[in-house]
Formats: sequence, structure tokens, C-alpha cells
Amino acid sequence: MPKPEILDPQGKAVTGALGRLGFAGMSVRQGKRFEIELDGEITEELLAEVRRAAETLLANTVIETFNVRVEAEPESPEEEPDAEPSEQPDEAEPADEGELASQAG
Amino acid sequence: MGPKIGPKIGVVTFPGSLDDQDALRAIRLCGGEPVSLWHANDTLDDVEAVILPGGFSYGDYLRCGAISRFAPVMAEVIKAAEAGMPTLGICNGFQILCEAHLLPGALIRNDVRVFVCKDQDLQVESVDTTWTSDFTRGQMINLVLKNGEGGYVADEETLRRLEDQGRVIFRYVNGNPNGSFHDIAGICNERGNVVGLMPHPEHNVDSLTGPTQDGRLFFSSVFDFLSAKV
Repeated sequence: MPKPEILDPQGKAVTGALGRLGFAGMSVRQGKRFEIELDGEITEELLAEVRRAAETLLANTVIETFNVRVEAEPESPEEEPDAEPSEQPDEAEPADEGELASQAG
Repeated sequence: MGPKIGPKIGVVTFPGSLDDQDALRAIRLCGGEPVSLWHANDTLDDVEAVILPGGFSYGDYLRCGAISRFAPVMAEVIKAAEAGMPTLGICNGFQILCEAHLLPGALIRNDVRVFVCKDQDLQVESVDTTWTSDFTRGQMINLVLKNGEGGYVADEETLRRLEDQGRVIFRYVNGNPNGSFHDIAGICNERGNVVGLMPHPEHNVDSLTGPTQDGRLFFSSVFDFLSAKV
């Protein structure tokens, strides 16, 4: 996400459009979400490596913050069709294993 | 013997660079020997200075300059710049220099939320760099400005350091076109050999295509520096 003190022109444009559409009282800041699939079991070392990747390339920490979290992977598509959450709190605790989402702004 | 050939100045072409040809042409018009450098090579071909040109390298994917910064040639550019080679980043090149941490801060989308393309008035704030020594402090110049993400941002401490050390090289005057903090249009590193700016000196080198020829002074400055060095 863009740091709070950094102007977010995209978010401002979206906020304006929402207002025009009648969605009152919504203030938007826009970031990015990266879904990263990892081979093998997710360990602390692997997570640290992902954080390193986020810091090196995915996010520019001069202007953006990021967090890395593990999202549960469906056992099979039939059992958990909605396993990928569309919205989650910013600081979700890492789950044991599965898909990883790195969010940057 | 042929005529004396000026210093070899390299211009890096990334996929998506737009202004590399203009930069090469500007070097030639101003008396230097332009050398085209390819992003995927890991050599600078013995150039004495290097320019990262404007454009949309790697499609501006991820962030402007974020992927270019890791192009093979950039490892050499970073090494050379840290060793003192004159390095100029124009527009997208400025963004790449910031992503490479050769310059502090970052460029974000213009606060006006539109692409800006205009002849921009600037004030020269510092002449203590390898690329601006032929200007005079306080000089008013005009250069082409054309970008969508030219808003210079940095934290308060960085801004204070830039101001205190005289590292703000150019400031926008007669209106801030993109929301840049402190009206900053260009900055340099501590040593003064790495300069980044959003406006385009390479577009202002002849009367046919530019309203001014103020861009020429960038090239004469670096030629002076390089010839004094020998």
C-alpha cells in the first residue's frame, strides 16, 4: 500500500467516481496484491525469502508498505470453491501452508 | 587524422525506451560521440558517461523503473556511477535511478492525474554537478516536460538533506506541474556525478524541434568535466 503520507492519485480518482455513483462516505486508497505460489512446504525460511523478494522488487519501501501472509489453499477445487478470500484484514496471521499473498501498494 | 572526436557518452536502450535516439542525437549535435548501449549487455563499452533515457522501459510494469533497475547493464551502470562516472537519468531514467537507490526518493503519479506535456519553466538551483556546471545558479531555463508519473516524493529527513546539501538541482517555477515535493524537478547524489530530472534536455538542443536550446548545457557541462579530468 502507498504509505499514508504519500498522495494516492489513483485512490483519489476511485473515491471521486464512487461519490459520483452515490456511494457516500467511502475514501479509497489503492494498492497492489501479488499472489505467489511456492513449491513445497511453507517454512519460516521460505517466508523470509518471500519478504526479501517483496522488499527487493515487489514493493518500493520508500513509498510503500507491504505485508506477507499465507492463505489456505483449497484441498481440491470442489471442496472449497470459495477458499480464496476476496477481502481480509490487513494483518492476518499466517496459516500453516498454502497460497501466499504479498500486498504492496 | 580526422576531426577531434568528443567524449564517448553511452545511452542505454531498454525495451520500451522512447527517447534513446533523441539522446544519442543530442550527444552528437553537441560534439560528443554517442554510444548505444543495450539493456541486456553487461558492458558499458568504455563510455565516459552514461545516460538513462526517457520512455516506458519494460512497459512501466510493476512501477516505473522497477524492472529496468535489475537489467544486466544496470549492474555496470550502478558500479560505474558509484565509482564517479557522470550518470544522467532523464524522466524514466530518473525513475530508474531512484529505484536503483543511486538517488533518494521516488516518483509517483502526477497529482493532477493526467499526463503532462509542456514546455516547462525551471530554475537552476545548483551547478555543482558534472551535468550542470555550465549553468549559472538562479538561471531560468525552459525544457520539455512530458510524463505521467513525475511527482517527486521523499520523507522529510531526505528532503531536508537534499536542501541542506544543495542537491536540489532544478525546481519547477510558474506552477508545479505534478505535485513534486518542494517543486523538485531534478536532484543529484552527494558526489554530484549522478543527476536525475524529469524534464528532457535532449529535446531542447536545436531550434527546429525545441523552443529553447537550454538542454545543450547538460552536454557541454559533462564534456567540460570529462576533458578537465584527462
